[in-house]
Amino acid sequence: MSHYIQPQHEHDQDPLEGRTALVQGGMSYHDITETVAHRIDNPHKAWWIAFMISLSFLGLFGLSVGYLLWEGIGIWGHNNPVMWAWPIVNFVFWVGIGHAGTLISAILFLFRQKWRTSINRAAEAMTIFAVICALMFPTIHVGRVWLLYWALPIPNQMEMWPNFRSPLLWDVFAVSTYFTVSLLFWYVGLIPDLATMRDRAKTRIRQVVYGIFALGWRGSHRHWVNYEAAYLLLAAMAAPLVLSVHSIVSFDFAVSQLPGWHTTIFPPYFVAGAIFSGFAMVLTLLIPCRVWFGLEQMITIKHLENMAKIILLTGTMVGYAYALEFFIAWYSGNPLETFVFINRAFGDYWWAYWIMVSCNVITPQFIWSKRLRRNPMVLFVLSIFVNIGMWFERFVITVTSLHHDFLPSSWDYFVPTMWDWTTLLGSFGLFFTLFCLFARYLPMIAMSEVKGVMPQANPHYEGAASPPGRSPTGARGRSGVMASSHDSEGVPAEQSLSGSAKVVVGGGLPSTSRVREEDARATVDLAGEEEHAEKAEEAAKAAAADKPAAEPPSVPSGGAPVDTDFLFSPPSSKDKD
Amino acid sequence: MAKRPKPYGLLAEYETAAQLYHACEKVRDAGYAAWDAHTPFPVHGLEKAMGLRGSIIPYIVAVMGFSGAGLGFLLQWWTSTIAYPLIISAKPYNSYPAFVPVTFELGILLGAFGAVFGMLGINRLPQLYHSLFNSHRFARFSDDRFFISIEARDPKYDAARTRKLLESTGAAAVEEVED
Repeated sequence: MSHYIQPQHEHDQDPLEGRTALVQGGMSYHDITETVAHRIDNPHKAWWIAFMISLSFLGLFGLSVGYLLWEGIGIWGHNNPVMWAWPIVNFVFWVGIGHAGTLISAILFLFRQKWRTSINRAAEAMTIFAVICALMFPTIHVGRVWLLYWALPIPNQMEMWPNFRSPLLWDVFAVSTYFTVSLLFWYVGLIPDLATMRDRAKTRIRQVVYGIFALGWRGSHRHWVNYEAAYLLLAAMAAPLVLSVHSIVSFDFAVSQLPGWHTTIFPPYFVAGAIFSGFAMVLTLLIPCRVWFGLEQMITIKHLENMAKIILLTGTMVGYAYALEFFIAWYSGNPLETFVFINRAFGDYWWAYWIMVSCNVITPQFIWSKRLRRNPMVLFVLSIFVNIGMWFERFVITVTSLHHDFLPSSWDYFVPTMWDWTTLLGSFGLFFTLFCLFARYLPMIAMSEVKGVMPQANPHYEGAASPPGRSPTGARGRSGVMASSHDSEGVPAEQSLSGSAKVVVGGGLPSTSRVREEDARATVDLAGEEEHAEKAEEAAKAAAADKPAAEPPSVPSGGAPVDTDFLFSPPSSKDKD
Repeated sequence: MAKRPKPYGLLAEYETAAQLYHACEKVRDAGYAAWDAHTPFPVHGLEKAMGLRGSIIPYIVAVMGFSGAGLGFLLQWWTSTIAYPLIISAKPYNSYPAFVPVTFELGILLGAFGAVFGMLGINRLPQLYHSLFNSHRFARFSDDRFFISIEARDPKYDAARTRKLLESTGAAAVEEVED
């Protein structure tokens, strides 16, 4: 099976962009559909094992929450100075993980990072599941879960309203908005792929279920125009949203007066940490999944390498923030602030602090080595360390700042109880159960988006539907792709679509101007008089390409010499509708 | 099995995005109005080849986003000053700097609703039945093929002439779809 071919080096080039192709192994559109959907039809044995393990941890979570509701939050290890402990640590940990998905889908989309298409679906799913886990913790931490609606502005018989000056209430709005927008963004991205699943479904139940969720999508370009506008705007709104959410989470700490929390660096520091931990979790999930699901040709080493570079960048930013906190503690001259930071590194919780530093600052530095960051095994281990380190970061921030507060007589040492541990482990069960179900029933890769970034998806690519790496001439890569002969007019065209196509765009070389219509549009005067336009059809084509550039897309300027047998005179008003 | 249903229109299949692009230019220039292209992914620039106008989604999102932010601020101002005035941390009732985060979040939330539900509304989705789904060939639109459909209700539609036009655009196949 070609699914198990694991290219460790990218051979295929994108002939239009002259870069390493994002999809390797010479796949066609159909190969993409089959490779992604294959595992949905035939679940891997590993899936059942992973699902069963996850499900048992989810059971543990249910048990812990059930006992908590029965007994109250006294079953946890909170004590008097450390009133915010395990649940808030877990909340911030999960919310942080939930940031990579929207970063990948929104910010990388706005920056036109096409490599995002292979990983954004799984990362967005991960985001949603991580935010679900995160929302669990404040919910159960309030103790009386059934009164949670007090946090919402609902008219009630007590005539009370929430306090909108509290960062905790901002958090309610930020995280629930984030969850809703992430879910909508994910679902909108899923609609075309659900249509694919509907159209290839073999069983009735799948046809009906995928069919309902695909909403009757029929790939209409009149729909795509609105769809793309909506997607772009969702990305544009989700990008500031993702930055605001973790900033607001950091306000929970930074707005208080407690030394160790009361710092202006918190919002950017938390956002960098969130992206850092989120990408680590994406690697943790996708490195095994790309092998189990046979997705190595779409999630290539290059994709892993790009993610590793983001981890290196954000990990170094986090390291800088750790250093800056110490600098400010010293520079402020505030004895309480200085005490907290010395206590953090060398006090009772010194072990937690140094686990955090070694996992978050030292581990990512291995990524400087190209050999290491192109090795999936190494990256997997690194990502686990980063996950552990980022959990400890939240533990250090929360617990070390609280356990030695202003009054030495109330100082205490926080120790988690068994129920603290089972709730944390159980939340991983919830997360992985949801992820397993996602991987089982939904396409893990955004098929339509991956197809859209392949070179043959570009309407200027006049080659065959066969992929660039397997062109009929046997030539590969940027020098050998030839346009094949089934051109729309049936005129045999032998045009090199190699990397020089880029130069052609800039220079406006005549022979390939029809390959790049944008170019033809820009330099239509040139195209009209050049010697290669001797064929009438060529001229008509250049004119047709020119037409959309003119503001009202109604009157074609010079479509004259074309077969008028079937070309009716275009009514200008109709065309606009 | 009474009488034969009337045709919905003609469906032409293409193998590549480039073929579809050029075919759309021809159909556009032929002056059809009730027609569409169906692709597995958005083919960039196809709206120009089809002569479509831009989307109005941005206006919907702008209106929804600003109303969300406005309503969000109004909610906070009204509850904090009129419905339930409480002095908290010696702040004025209308402590507007503290209202910024929730105002922002609600603006984004309603803007996102505008984008998603506006898109679905303009596209008239969900629409679980469509005549094109009667074609077996059409199922490949979501996999690897590109289609143009021209509806029979188009005033320029003529079964023979329209078919000839589509065949001349290099279609791999042209078929009639039942309504």
